[in-house]
Amino acid sequence: MAKIPVQFRLNGSDRAAFVDAPETLLNTLRRGLGDFAPKYGCGQGTCGVCTVLVDGEPQLACLTLSVACEGREIETASGMADGPDLHPLQAAFMDHFAAQCGFCTPGMLTAARALLAKNPNPSRDEVVEGISGNICRCTGYEPIIAAILAAASAPGARRA
Amino acid sequence: MLDVRSCASLSEASGILLGDRHARLVGGGTLVMRDVNEGRLTEGTLVRVVDPVFRQMNAGGPRIELGAGVTMAMVLASRELAFLHPAARGIGGPAIRTMATIGGNLFADTPYGDFTVALLALDAQIVVQAGYGSGRAMPLEEFLAARERGGQGLVTGVQFARPQNASEFHFRKVARVKPKGISVLSIAAHLPLSGGRVAQARVAYGAMAPTPIRARGVERALEGKALDAGAIQAAKQAALEGCRPATDAIASEWYRREVMPVHLGRLLAGDGR
Repeated sequence: MAKIPVQFRLNGSDRAAFVDAPETLLNTLRRGLGDFAPKYGCGQGTCGVCTVLVDGEPQLACLTLSVACEGREIETASGMADGPDLHPLQAAFMDHFAAQCGFCTPGMLTAARALLAKNPNPSRDEVVEGISGNICRCTGYEPIIAAILAAASAPGARRA
Repeated sequence: MLDVRSCASLSEASGILLGDRHARLVGGGTLVMRDVNEGRLTEGTLVRVVDPVFRQMNAGGPRIELGAGVTMAMVLASRELAFLHPAARGIGGPAIRTMATIGGNLFADTPYGDFTVALLALDAQIVVQAGYGSGRAMPLEEFLAARERGGQGLVTGVQFARPQNASEFHFRKVARVKPKGISVLSIAAHLPLSGGRVAQARVAYGAMAPTPIRARGVERALEGKALDAGAIQAAKQAALEGCRPATDAIASEWYRREVMPVHLGRLLAGDGR
């Protein structure tokens, strides 16, 4: 079956790819465009490790058809740093030792970014709710929650 | 091979679904794309609907109409649907709620499908379009009874009457994992009061049968009664009528039967535990 051309913006840059009809956004990002921040975890929408932003809203790239992303704005954890300057969330994750193996980290960062974009001063319960679709099997959740709360109070935490 | 067809109109999508028995509608992707990822769905056509009508919400009046493509996040963003927020918030995390649709939830296998439990307690009608004709409304309970047979057409939306008093609508999802997990069970109850007594009670369960079910024994026990300790006790005694829960990775049949009356009693008593 013929490949289908798809164009969208990825972390601020125009990108294009030829995809198979049922190809997921995750496959297109990782295999087609070389963005390895979103990971393949469960493939069922349970682990949240493939979380990306589509037009600013969190979505699971493993359950999203690439052809449904035509003309959309896709953001991944790869686009969070500004050159050598880490995003406040990334800096807070380092400061609070919120990553161990790192596999869940891009999804956690993206989920947290979506949360802070809508709610710049979340309560602890709201942070827990914000990352409730993301599973971490290493650090436990406390350092991650602490990092997100710290980032929320840091200047520039809402930076796009 | 799997193909994807993007349809600009409901009629076009409905026509494809009618003419191709290997065609499946893909809404938010939270059900169908799992099957694609796990290799259970490798042949046929995935049908996408891009008609804006599919995601239309008419929630301002006494009669609420929601397109089947309305997502849980859209429900949560609507103040007019505040009484449904507990049910919508119970579906997955934020990313799932951005994707998961009301229409998809109607097809979620037990123990999923908690939003459908809420719709069942609201006496919702499901609008189904078969082929290129116009849609027809059918009771949700009838739709669920026929769901496994499939081939009913394209679900285009749901309709239900707004509860006159939002405090008369109750929803509870019971999960072992906090803040959320897959349902041990879920309960929705619409208990309108007339002169201090329950009139036209509607109570529905999730994960207590192969599809969400009405708890008719509970409805009978509450009908015409004040919502006091005696009525709640009678409702608890009737709680398991018609239940056929499964044993799965979340809970055993025995456990679901044991805890259902407890959680029903708490819901009816307004106990937030």
